[in-house]
Amino acid sequence: MKVKEIVDKFDFKVLTAPDRLDVEVSGGYASDLLSDVMANSRPGNIWITLQTHQNIIAVAKLRSLAAIVLVNNRTPDAETLKSAEAEHVPLLSTGDPAFKISGKLYVRLGLKD
Amino acid sequence: MSPRGIIRTASEKEIDILGICDHNSAENVPAMRDAAKPFQIWVLAGMEVTSQEEVHVLGLFDSLDSALGLQEIVYAHLPGENDEDAFGVQPVVNEDGEILRFNEKLLIGATTLALEEVVSLIRSHGGLAIASHIDREGFSVIGQLGFIPEGLPLDALETSPAIPVETARQKFGSRLPLTPASDAHRLEEIGRASTSFWLAEGTVAEIRKALARQDGRMIMNEETI
Repeated sequence: MKVKEIVDKFDFKVLTAPDRLDVEVSGGYASDLLSDVMANSRPGNIWITLQTHQNIIAVAKLRSLAAIVLVNNRTPDAETLKSAEAEHVPLLSTGDPAFKISGKLYVRLGLKD
Repeated sequence: MSPRGIIRTASEKEIDILGICDHNSAENVPAMRDAAKPFQIWVLAGMEVTSQEEVHVLGLFDSLDSALGLQEIVYAHLPGENDEDAFGVQPVVNEDGEILRFNEKLLIGATTLALEEVVSLIRSHGGLAIASHIDREGFSVIGQLGFIPEGLPLDALETSPAIPVETARQKFGSRLPLTPASDAHRLEEIGRASTSFWLAEGTVAEIRKALARQDGRMIMNEETI
């Protein structure tokens, strides 16, 4: 499943890198500890978090993550947006909290780890 | 932990300088300074500020007014009220440990200030900004944010008693000075880790020089003793 299909299905807002949504998603990872994401996420994962600090972009890049989903309508800092555009990392946004959106992706799309 | 108890313990452990860093508050610093008067112990006014990313940063000041100036901004960005059943009471005391009032802010909570703002506020108030217990997973800059953001103007990195300073240096590099500290929350934890400085007096101004290795001031670590 591509990032684009997930965006359409759940009506995510695309905050950055709209030209990078044609990427295959391997699964999902939900965590707000960036050290944990660096250690345990897998390439191609869609990452669900409420952290908006610019370091999330570097972590997504480092782990080759497909996209970042910011929950609870969190607004990223200007630096984070700039960095996401520069690094071509899709930043997505949803009004759902992490538990709910993880459940939706897991059940409705069969996205696992 | 009454102020006199803390000072007595510090004196027994031959500690000359104490940084008093309650979470998001500096209201107990005056009592600590009063309790320290009969002793040769310097009390630095401090605070452990929680950023919105839940990163802990220590601010250390010579002037109480500077610490209270930062506290005012921290309080304005610290939502919530303390729940004494869940988090315990938060007394503000005098040097004898008598309760003057209870702090009703949710001091255990996170401010809405970004890490960069916290560091910048500490520095603009004349303080040293030190990243707390960087070897721990929870509430440390590396745990929460994976690595230290480039260009973040920290003065030093605090290591906890859980890691020997040499191990910490191998792990975290030598770009910033490492300052081991006890992170003491109880009397018996005071002095379980510490940093030795070569200074003219126990002030933040002198420690700043030591961190920058200026005017002969320095951190007295294993190599230099």
